[in-house]
Amino acid sequence: MAFLRLEHVSKNYVAEGVPVKALDDVSLVVERGEFVALVGRSGCGKSTLLNLAGAMDFPTSGKVFLDGVVTSDLSDSGLARIRREKVGFIFQSFQLLPTLSVVENVELPLLLAGRNRAREIAVESLTWVEIDDLASRMPYQLSGGQMQRVAIARALAPGPGLLLADEPTGNLDSSTSDHILALLRRVVEEKNTALVMATHSPEAAAMAGTVVRLLDGRVHEALCPS
Amino acid sequence: MPLLILFYRLILRPLRREGLRTILTTAAVALGVAAVLAIELAGEAAAGSFHSSMETLIGRADFEVTAVGGIDPETLTRLATLPYALNLHPRIEDYALLDASDRTVPLVGIDLVSESQGGNADAGPGEDAIFVGRDLGLKVGARVKLLLNDSSCDCTVRGILGENSGETVVMDLALATRLLRRGGALDRILIETPRNETPGSRSSEEWEALLRQALPEGTLLEREGTRTDENRKMLAAFRWNLRVLSYISLAVGAFLIYNTISVSVVRRRAEIGIVRALGATRSRVMTAFLCEAAFLGFLGALAGIGLGRFMAEGAVRLVSSTVQSLYVSSQPGAIALGWNTIALALLIGIVIAVVSALVPAWEASQVTPVEAMGRARVEHEARVHRGRSLALSATLAFAAWIASRQEPVAGKPLFGYGAAVLLIGASALAIPSVVAVLTQVTSRSAQLLFGVEALLATRGLKGSLRRTSVLAGALSTAVAMLVSVGIMVGSFRETVVQWMADRIQADFYLQPAVPAGPDRHPTLSSGIAERLRALPEVTAVDQLRSYEIAYDGAPATLSSADVRIASRYGTRGFLSGAKPGAVFDQLVGRDAVVISEPFANKHRMKAGDDLTLMLAGGRHSFRVVDIYYDYSSERGTIFMDRGTFVKYLPDPAPSGIAVYMRPGTPVDDGRRAIEAALGGSRAVLASNRSIREEGVRVFDRTFAITYALEAVAVFVAVMGVGGALLALVIDRRREFGLLRFLGGADPQLRRIILFEAGFLGLLANAVGLVLGFFLSLVLIYVINKQSFGWTIQFHWPIAVLLVAISIVYSATLLAALYPARVATRLVPIEVIHEE
Repeated sequence: MAFLRLEHVSKNYVAEGVPVKALDDVSLVVERGEFVALVGRSGCGKSTLLNLAGAMDFPTSGKVFLDGVVTSDLSDSGLARIRREKVGFIFQSFQLLPTLSVVENVELPLLLAGRNRAREIAVESLTWVEIDDLASRMPYQLSGGQMQRVAIARALAPGPGLLLADEPTGNLDSSTSDHILALLRRVVEEKNTALVMATHSPEAAAMAGTVVRLLDGRVHEALCPS
Repeated sequence: MPLLILFYRLILRPLRREGLRTILTTAAVALGVAAVLAIELAGEAAAGSFHSSMETLIGRADFEVTAVGGIDPETLTRLATLPYALNLHPRIEDYALLDASDRTVPLVGIDLVSESQGGNADAGPGEDAIFVGRDLGLKVGARVKLLLNDSSCDCTVRGILGENSGETVVMDLALATRLLRRGGALDRILIETPRNETPGSRSSEEWEALLRQALPEGTLLEREGTRTDENRKMLAAFRWNLRVLSYISLAVGAFLIYNTISVSVVRRRAEIGIVRALGATRSRVMTAFLCEAAFLGFLGALAGIGLGRFMAEGAVRLVSSTVQSLYVSSQPGAIALGWNTIALALLIGIVIAVVSALVPAWEASQVTPVEAMGRARVEHEARVHRGRSLALSATLAFAAWIASRQEPVAGKPLFGYGAAVLLIGASALAIPSVVAVLTQVTSRSAQLLFGVEALLATRGLKGSLRRTSVLAGALSTAVAMLVSVGIMVGSFRETVVQWMADRIQADFYLQPAVPAGPDRHPTLSSGIAERLRALPEVTAVDQLRSYEIAYDGAPATLSSADVRIASRYGTRGFLSGAKPGAVFDQLVGRDAVVISEPFANKHRMKAGDDLTLMLAGGRHSFRVVDIYYDYSSERGTIFMDRGTFVKYLPDPAPSGIAVYMRPGTPVDDGRRAIEAALGGSRAVLASNRSIREEGVRVFDRTFAITYALEAVAVFVAVMGVGGALLALVIDRRREFGLLRFLGGADPQLRRIILFEAGFLGLLANAVGLVLGFFLSLVLIYVINKQSFGWTIQFHWPIAVLLVAISIVYSATLLAALYPARVATRLVPIEVIHEE
């Protein structure tokens, strides 16, 4: 069974009184262990697709299945639960809480979910991304690459089946970007996690198993670079 | 004009976008200004009423003659036979109780034949004729039962007095003399000198000298209005303290203005950078933020004027109640909101806002274009120099200690106020360190106890240390004021209760039906004491008598009782610690007195000094044997033995009678026996217990205004906390959005805000308790002592404090509900992708 499945999903907004069609009849299937890159111009619907996939938003029409569950059938608390159990988010600007230390940041989703052994799992996750020696530092003491590793460790800590990454290398130099992309690739391979990554970078897209090109809210083409 | 456009676009428009917070800040200023204005108006109305009633009936008078115990009628004759065209207005002044309405009103006896008043008061007097003030609402021809001292009389309203006659009742001098048993003595003679403006006419000083020569010794000649001035002076300390108390809300509001402008500066750092890059000077940036503050202050003051006028209605009732209990019989005058007061309120609002905004506005001016523009929208938390602040805090605390040990300045405890302000400053400067240490120490244990929400809350507070400190400072100042005034009033109450227990020893007290006041002492028939002594249930009867006097230009009370009885039953406490019996023995048969503590402080007297009183047609010197604790009136009392008293003031009628029953006499039996002995006398019999209960009731009523002002200050602070938490939510919206992405649910977000409010409340209460304790010491031992001269024993009113703090804490949590709701309603996708 596909971990993420979008069936004829459309999403309409009204921005300042003007109706906007962000996604138009998009269907997509992502299996565990699959790395999908979403590419396209700004405003083509990449972020909207990620939000729908991550149960952060509901489609106007169509259905989003997350591990077999239709997200639009869930209540607010049900959505919160599915997010904390099944989905991990990685952002362009890292989004670490400046008041928490590295390990506390990684621990955060586990604590929100009320999980036991949170600290232990957080340290394991940091070890996996190879920055366990930075556990007690504060975010402002880290470089951009280190911050993104922390963000990945945080996303991985609850053991999600799906990782959603929005321009994860957008704020990094090319050498650091390569390291982060390699790490993401490792996540997919070793953790058998599905990864959907929105990116503008052709180099980043080239790392994916499938590249989905969006144009004006529709799937323009789906390629397999390999 | 371009500047105005810029001011609108860069300052006012953002304020409009955050309507609720702008409204909350404006409301804080409005409440502060309203409290100050209400107290000012109420104080003025209460003090202004000295002009009403008695004085409005005077017409034009230049001098007045009075004497302790009444003016001999011979004095009037002597003045009338002087070879000058003087207009003389002899008067008897007292108070009467309107039996039907239970109102105590001023009663003036004047010579109706020669006087003529406004309205239709010139209708011919009858045997029982009275003329009444307009405010009494009586009609001509109405029958009225008046209680005078301990007797009653039925009178007929023959006329209504003119404008501003208030609630005064006027009757003919002869009728007043008879009903009040004055035996021909007058209370006051008003003298109108010839209004001759021709060259060579006498000056006021010359008239004074001439009249003084003509008057016998023992009479007091004063210029008209002197008594009003004396009363005003006497009230000055009370009004001054009340005024200072009313400024607390404004000070708390100042904290919130500071917070609002700080938030404005932090949020608009990038904008400041841009306008700086576009050519704005530092001073212009600073001026813009000061104008923002001034605008908020102006709006707040404008709203505060209306609110203050409304609040003054309630305040005037409370203030006049205190004035009547402690100072002088006086009906409150009308509340007058003049242009001066309006201008003052606007000025206070604007100045307090601008001063509060000086620091954040200066910080805004220090933003460099590169710094602000280079970092897009990065949170900026101004650095807090904790070490330096702590050192400064210690210095201020030391300065407060020094200030608290200084003498008053012109009778005002200016250094005491200074000490209080310094203590508040010391506390505000210490708060960042307290917040940092407490959040550090408690965050892990809070997480273990209450979960991740508590951890996020404490870290969030520590992360915005400066803002948290300002908020905690505002709330803790309000709590400290509540605690300090609570301790002061609680200690005072306990001291008074203890004092009453010592002082009120008789089983029953008998008083005339007309209620007594600090400046009025109605009397009982002189035969009552003898009848009571004859009762088999009674073991002792003490006759108490008081007169209102002026001593050294200040109103005071001259009092007497039989000290042999007082020393047998009472345990009056003396400052020297001497036993009452030993002190009282020195009063018997001698020209010796004891004085109350407020009198001693007011006139800077001590045991062993001599004081001179004008009694019985001459000046007499009395030695001060000791000083006693007294909390009955702030006017100050001179007390002597009844034997000495009647030697100079022979009127035997007592103002009150203390009745001591034989041990074992049931209270009801005693009451019945005394009531039977009263005959037709209209007197009020009060048991020991009811007198004490009434004393406590009067005390509580006196301090009701204090609690009302405290409540306003706390309300302002709590409102500020609500507004500031809202700002915190808006500023940290990305964090809340992220928590949603990480699986955070609504209740978890709500709990974070509530924990922050809860922590803030706890912190503010803890700091407020400590600060409040020190402030209470300043209030009790410096400000109160120097203002009123009362020694108050320190007590912890634990129950009151617990209730007060619980209310503040609950209110803080309630204030967080709306910001918590806002936090849960944020759209995470929008706030996380805002960058």
